[in-house]
Amino acid sequence: MNRPVNFIAALYLASSCLCFCGCESSRSQVLATHESQVKLRSMQSRVFDTTDKIETLRTAMATLQDLGFVIDKADDVLGSVSATKLDRYAVRITINVRPRNETQMFVRANAQYNLKAIEDPEPYQQFFAAFEKAMFLTAHDIE
Amino acid sequence: MRRVCMCFFLLIPFVLIFQGCGGIPRDALSMNKATLEDRQLQTRVFDTSDESKTLSASAGVLQDLGFNLDESETDLGLIVVSKDRDATEAGQVFLSVMVAALGGTQAVYDTTQKIRVSLVTSPVGENGDRTAVRVTFQRIIWNNYGQVSGREKLNDPKMYQEFFDKLSKAVFLEAHGV
Repeated sequence: MNRPVNFIAALYLASSCLCFCGCESSRSQVLATHESQVKLRSMQSRVFDTTDKIETLRTAMATLQDLGFVIDKADDVLGSVSATKLDRYAVRITINVRPRNETQMFVRANAQYNLKAIEDPEPYQQFFAAFEKAMFLTAHDIE
Repeated sequence: MRRVCMCFFLLIPFVLIFQGCGGIPRDALSMNKATLEDRQLQTRVFDTSDESKTLSASAGVLQDLGFNLDESETDLGLIVVSKDRDATEAGQVFLSVMVAALGGTQAVYDTTQKIRVSLVTSPVGENGDRTAVRVTFQRIIWNNYGQVSGREKLNDPKMYQEFFDKLSKAVFLEAHGV
């Protein structure tokens, strides 16, 4: 009477094992990305027609505060700002600002949502929409 | 009881499969209706062009409130501070112990919290003759098992009001060398 039940249980266990044996070691996360390097850079980066690095960094901090972030770190020499937003979830973001040429500034943002990298263009578009409003400048895509 | 246990075990792989789903909320990185309100709540403008003095007065107030300095960058007008404090609330402990006693489980309640603050100053006005100070608070809460039980931004208007009252006093004292 118990035979079909045992059989189903065994089948279930076997399929569960198969499900998990394909899993990778958690160490593979160290250098893991899902998107190509070029695609990531293009969705995370914009170019602004300004040469003022300090003002760009200050605007980045103001935008982050507008979006509900608390700033973690900032460095004007390196041109970076990191911040965290907590709202039941956690979003961590780093903004990097560096001169691109004589007239332009290159701004890159990369973020993670809880335990995952954000590799979807939409959140970055939203961030840069808020950022360009605060900069009073248009954000150009990188060519 | 046996059936309940079986259902529970059958559900585990599905939970494991689906826990990775669910992306970033739509408004996490965009401005919304509350943005302007929050900005007003979190910002005060002082009639001084001396940004570094305002920053050091702010650091003094945060120290008065028991915060420790984590990070500072005067060229960008930034101070980041935090403090670890008790988060135990008698009501929550009582309720949790009662529920645990009735259900025969372990009581879970909040025990510690980390409060984080970032404060940013920036020159405003036509010639940068005034200084704006914007401060944002957030906290992370842990329960008695050391697990994160809550993380939130702190947006109580009273809290900001009180902070800026203290800061106004400090800016005045600093200006008069007290």
